[in-house]
Amino acid sequence: MDAPILDISGLRTVFRIGGADIAAVQDMELTIAAGETVALVGESGSGKSVTSLSVMGLLPKRVGRIAEGRVMLSRKSGEVVDLAAMPDERLREVRGNDIGMVFQEPMTSLNPVYTVGEQIAEPIRIHLGKSHREAAADAVRLLADVGIPDPERRAQQYPHELSGGMRQRVTIAMALACDPKMLIADEPTTALDVTIQAQILDLLQKLQRERGMGILFVTHNLGVVAEIADRVVVMYAGRIVESGPVAEVFAHPRHPYTKGLLRSVPRLGQAVELKRSGTPLPTIAGNVPSLRNLPPGCAFANRCEYAIEACNAAVPPLFAATPTQKSRCIRWQEL
Amino acid sequence: MTQQPYLSVKNLSKHFKPAAFSRGPVVKALQDISFDIPRGQVVGLVGESGSGKTTIGRSVLRLIEPTSGEVKLDGVDITTLSGDQLRQQRRKMQYIFQDPFASLSPRMTIGQVLTEGLDIQGIGTRAERRARAEKALAAVELPVDAFDRYAHEFSGGQRQRVGIARALTLDPEFIVADEPVSALDVSIQAQVINLLRDLQVRLGLTMLFISHDLAVVEYICDTVIVLYLGRIMEIAPAADLYARPSHPYTRALLSAIPSPDPAVRQQRQILTGDIPSPANPPSGCVFRTRCRFATEACAAGVPALREVAPGHARACILDDIL
Repeated sequence: MDAPILDISGLRTVFRIGGADIAAVQDMELTIAAGETVALVGESGSGKSVTSLSVMGLLPKRVGRIAEGRVMLSRKSGEVVDLAAMPDERLREVRGNDIGMVFQEPMTSLNPVYTVGEQIAEPIRIHLGKSHREAAADAVRLLADVGIPDPERRAQQYPHELSGGMRQRVTIAMALACDPKMLIADEPTTALDVTIQAQILDLLQKLQRERGMGILFVTHNLGVVAEIADRVVVMYAGRIVESGPVAEVFAHPRHPYTKGLLRSVPRLGQAVELKRSGTPLPTIAGNVPSLRNLPPGCAFANRCEYAIEACNAAVPPLFAATPTQKSRCIRWQEL
Repeated sequence: MTQQPYLSVKNLSKHFKPAAFSRGPVVKALQDISFDIPRGQVVGLVGESGSGKTTIGRSVLRLIEPTSGEVKLDGVDITTLSGDQLRQQRRKMQYIFQDPFASLSPRMTIGQVLTEGLDIQGIGTRAERRARAEKALAAVELPVDAFDRYAHEFSGGQRQRVGIARALTLDPEFIVADEPVSALDVSIQAQVINLLRDLQVRLGLTMLFISHDLAVVEYICDTVIVLYLGRIMEIAPAADLYARPSHPYTRALLSAIPSPDPAVRQQRQILTGDIPSPANPPSGCVFRTRCRFATEACAAGVPALREVAPGHARACILDDIL
């Protein structure tokens, strides 16, 4: 296998709240190769977005910081850099240049007072040093690449003149402007209607085939994971609980949380049968624990049907359940 | 079978006019909506942004004034009631909101939130009101000591339980649940749906359940209505809709939902284009601009709802779509 484009190891990101450091992400490890899509899934507070913000160096100033770990990125030039140790000025050369970014809410990532063409052209001028005229031509070409009809006219328009789906296409065009090897997409379809979501997922897959980028796809939607990702990393309370190829993890989850999560996703056409027999929908009992007072042992133990005394002793390591699948559960063999 | 429906909506329309002195267009949020809910049943409203689902929910409780049409609740046309009469009727009908963070005041204790409706309706003594609130907390499986605590002390799922308890304190007969689980995490979603289903059966509630997610309404609804741009596209018993979707829009909507089973990376049928603006909807069938079966005839007139099976109707003029 080729050397990965992104290689995260031992990442620990903390937030300073009320005079104490609270770890939002711990023991994070993740690699992404060219042409590969890795999905990072989890519920609110699991640390999936904090992981992506840590990679991009976009943690809130003064509050959040990377306390430990390395985030190695292979740049377009071939140079390998540690983003975790890079000063902010140098990170700016990387962001939008070697790493493209797409966020959940297209309206907040776009500037309302510039035309979309100007916004796509800006990184091309700054990072690639092209002239206004060249960058503007590139912007129109990029709009065509992301499937926007009549790109010359659309480039002259402002974000409010476009629909939600069109705006998300524009932010994707911006992310691709400098031809990055790595794309980070943080819940890019969550704010969109389901028929538009299908269009955007299709577009991202097409662009990846054409450009061979690595994609880190952050989402809470397991249906989207099954649709788009090669590998999946499941997070709970700041740590990876399971990782592996999507087909393997979904067919045979090796962590009780993944198993419960997959069971509680509503599946079309199946609830009718449950209702007929008077069976409740499968759930995971209880709530996600607060990051302020995580238990000394497994963070999922208090909601877990497999929990035993030993689970509370210490945080389990990530076990290699198969050559490709990992689980942070001491009873993974029984699952 | 001749029993009158609990909720009966007839030819409901809602047009939002532009603000005074501005030149915006009239937005036709709802056009000619008719449906019934039999007593003790749950009807689901499903559709994408701008389909009019929330506008129906609000019009039905007269939280907004419908432009025309009739809404009968237990035989009483609520669109013609005066303020006092309406307040009397409101006791029977309650609303559960989507966002459990925005819909609970941060300055009120849960107890104050729960008893406010009883205060307004002038029901019971202070002690009786507290007793009713505590009963509602028990019904949604929250601890009784929640009464004296504030909303910020609770998680999203627990807050949504408070929102449900608030709706229950007045012993309503009818509840509009507007995307009650959309803001919740997957593992919590199923808990709240089970709770709503359980309460609905136990208390014999009649319910209008609004959601953008077809997979979520399936478990709780007896009948599902699919909306697009302010009009009904299809109405069917829940089991029937998933097994035999009939309208081209319903089919596209179902196939667009990504399946959590990688083995069935299904043939997705991707709708091209965007949802048109409700300020300027297409003539004839509103879905025709994105429909792969559309013909010239589709632009001519608004298709009527035609029954394809008992209780299952679709608004499409084509007879043999595949």
